[in-house]
Amino acid sequence: MAAHPFHCLPCMSEQTPQFDPKSMARFMFGASHNGFLGMGYHAHGENWMELELPWREDLVGDSEQHVLASGPIISLLDMASGMAIWTRMQAFTPVATLDLRVDYLRPAKERCAVIGRSECYRLTRSAAFVRGIAHDGDAEDPVANMAGVFMTIGGASQRGG
Amino acid sequence: MADSIDPSPLLTPYARSMGVEVQDDGAENGTAPILSVPFSDTVQGRPSHYHGGAISGLLETAGYAAIRTQLELDQRGNVRLKPINITMQFLAAAKSETLFAQARITKLGRRNANVEVECWQADRSRPRATAVMNVLMVAAGPE
Repeated sequence: MAAHPFHCLPCMSEQTPQFDPKSMARFMFGASHNGFLGMGYHAHGENWMELELPWREDLVGDSEQHVLASGPIISLLDMASGMAIWTRMQAFTPVATLDLRVDYLRPAKERCAVIGRSECYRLTRSAAFVRGIAHDGDAEDPVANMAGVFMTIGGASQRGG
Repeated sequence: MADSIDPSPLLTPYARSMGVEVQDDGAENGTAPILSVPFSDTVQGRPSHYHGGAISGLLETAGYAAIRTQLELDQRGNVRLKPINITMQFLAAAKSETLFAQARITKLGRRNANVEVECWQADRSRPRATAVMNVLMVAAGPE
């Protein structure tokens, strides 16, 4: 399973302080794959998370078109989903992607940043169900639709049922 | 990585900047290309593990590479590939060693293709993740 970054940090092993998605994002997006893509925090709510992926020349999917490749959009939605789950749990519990589906509704606009939004709509002891979209400015006209299932790893979470 | 050699047409700018390489283009025995990505910070999620998004990017790139290669063999190289969807299953954590991927074309029609992709590390019989993709093929040129 594709485990999420930093799940093994010792600080979250026992009593986790209130999960703060915004400062978490600053911490997580400085390096590694997220940092390579240049992801950033956009907004969050009780059970949802929005991340932003700026447009960048070297992340295009076709050298003749100035449009973000689909791969980085998957990364964005996967990451937004992990963070939506932590936000809903109010804890940094280890989770791993089990299944992820992305439907590409239309190409992103040229030279456009993409917002990935994911919502954790159901949480059980061992599974978290997420759904979301990616859009390039208008959430009513998404670029992609996403559905996924994540598993908690390394012991049951304290919540859910 | 030298820029002096022609970049493979099988790799998008995104795939190249993530570090994806063509391990075997399959030309010799007419199989789908095997792609690989070495472990580096660029593909890392939690420490010493691949990020799910990087795995997905490799799977998807291998899917397109298989279709592109077969279309060239069929003298249908002049089409553009557009993603319809992808479904990924993550089977086991991918750790800090090279990750390989190869696709198998299930159907290559006139307008759309369906491919299955698998990625593995040292032991090919133990896949790390799989994907199923649907891809639309449209005539190149102005829409």
